[in-house]
Amino acid sequence: MTESSPGATAAPPLPDGLVVVVKRDCPTCVLVASVLSDLAHRSNATVITQDDPSFPTSADWVVHDAELELSWHHDIETVPTLLKVTNGQPTERIVGWNRGEWETFTGLDNLGLDLPDWRPGCGSLSVDPTISDQLAVKFSGSVMKSRRVEIAALEDVSESMYDRGWSDGMPLVPPTEARVMRMLAGTTRSPDDLVALVPPDLVECTVEKVAVNAVMAGCRPDYLPVVIAALEAACTDEFNMHGLLATTMPVGPIIIVNGPIRQRIGMNSGINVLGQGNRANSTIGRAVQLVIRNVGGGRPGGVDRATHGSPAKYGLCFPEDEEGSPWDSLAESRGFTNGESTVTLFPGESPRIIVDQISRSPESLTRHLALALRSNISPKLAMMFDSILVLSPEHMARYRDAGWDRQRFDQEIGEMLNLPGDELVRGAGGIEEGLPEMFAGNPVPKFRPGGLLVVHAGGGAGLFSSIIAGWVNGNTGTDPVTREIKP
Amino acid sequence: MTTVLDPTGELSPQTRQRVPRPQSLNGLTVGLLDISKPRGDVFLNRVEEKLIGLGAKVNRYRKPTFAKPAPVDLRHEIASQCDAVIEALAD
Repeated sequence: MTESSPGATAAPPLPDGLVVVVKRDCPTCVLVASVLSDLAHRSNATVITQDDPSFPTSADWVVHDAELELSWHHDIETVPTLLKVTNGQPTERIVGWNRGEWETFTGLDNLGLDLPDWRPGCGSLSVDPTISDQLAVKFSGSVMKSRRVEIAALEDVSESMYDRGWSDGMPLVPPTEARVMRMLAGTTRSPDDLVALVPPDLVECTVEKVAVNAVMAGCRPDYLPVVIAALEAACTDEFNMHGLLATTMPVGPIIIVNGPIRQRIGMNSGINVLGQGNRANSTIGRAVQLVIRNVGGGRPGGVDRATHGSPAKYGLCFPEDEEGSPWDSLAESRGFTNGESTVTLFPGESPRIIVDQISRSPESLTRHLALALRSNISPKLAMMFDSILVLSPEHMARYRDAGWDRQRFDQEIGEMLNLPGDELVRGAGGIEEGLPEMFAGNPVPKFRPGGLLVVHAGGGAGLFSSIIAGWVNGNTGTDPVTREIKP
Repeated sequence: MTTVLDPTGELSPQTRQRVPRPQSLNGLTVGLLDISKPRGDVFLNRVEEKLIGLGAKVNRYRKPTFAKPAPVDLRHEIASQCDAVIEALAD
């Protein structure tokens, strides 16, 4: 990080010759105090002390690294560390106390003859976890451009973030510079890289701004590439995030994750897959929605005009259970390979259940699923809205046993979802809502081709599946978008 | 004291003065923007009749879809051709 960071402070040179880095708060350093002055006198060694400036003694060969700048820049992890320095840079180093090693390293004999032969060292102050973040911020040269907001000591940080309107209603993790820096380590992309123009205000959003919001959402750094890919997908013309935000319908960007990254970041595709409890599932979608709120300016009551909204709008993200599925994954069905990690964004409302504990044949189960899907958005409307069907492992077992693959399922359920236009038109069933009269007399497919996205996920027990309905599709609304997650 | 990074877009929008409200619509060109929701035309047809009755000239415009913002060209067209605009949200 020190070398690659353009704003990094240059590593200050060390004195040439032998250098020992120590601290008083280390029994091994105290133990070897007599050796340190021996080295200073016999070999002009310099001792760099991290804590007490008069340890091991007050002398011109003792240098106080008060700011820990030398220790941080020269990657001191253990004290004592014995270094050979040429032209200000360390060329060799050993750590801890070991008489034999020290004698070989220094070329001096009879070092600390009254001491034990060997003692391990202690942790360097510069890697103390309570201050290492601040040191990294201070010395790595922050390239972050976001405005610094100072929250006074007597202010409650959490309340202060609520007051500024940054929250979706749930608590936020304060985006300190150290946390954002750690978050940025989750991607190879530069903090000032442009990720997307975020609606509704069409604001240029950098990797850094995504990282700030990802910290607030509770993401770990290794989730950041998923958040970035999801945001890129959301801010495409096809996905039409502006419309999705502005609509009165209760929909938000639902994120389905495929590929190896699911396991790498510990996502849950099993029990309670669409619910609470897993950090990655819970925070990735939230981070995307916080970016749209904070960077894009999209807020409920502002451009967000949802009549009811839905819990899905906090950010619903889940992975497919690919390993347990006999089918190709959703991403594969959309043209990606199983080695690629992807996000598929879908404009959806909250999931609802379809119970079928009796069907043992794939035909019966499919017929039942089709009947449930028919009521998506409205049982009188068709073609305008896509849907996700989340098949549980126990429902998927019906298809596995019968040897149905994804294509067979799509074809069979497609036929069962060819609905009589007579039942859908305005006035049919005594209901004024419905399709225009021109659809009477002919079958009408509930979904447009490719409009039903089927994924496999959920706990091993439960003869249920879940349905997530979408809003207006196609050119007038949103097309689902799949995008590769890049590091 | 805790220092945090601003998560917002850090926009500082320019304040622009509004065009003065016209005293009368007589002789002015009024744009009617149909956002392409069903039956928006029914509403706008009636508004057009009323405006013509007040002596205004009416230009009709239409967004390609209600689900997306009006294209920049369309907005520019309206701004350069009209003295006032009425946008209809209807269902």
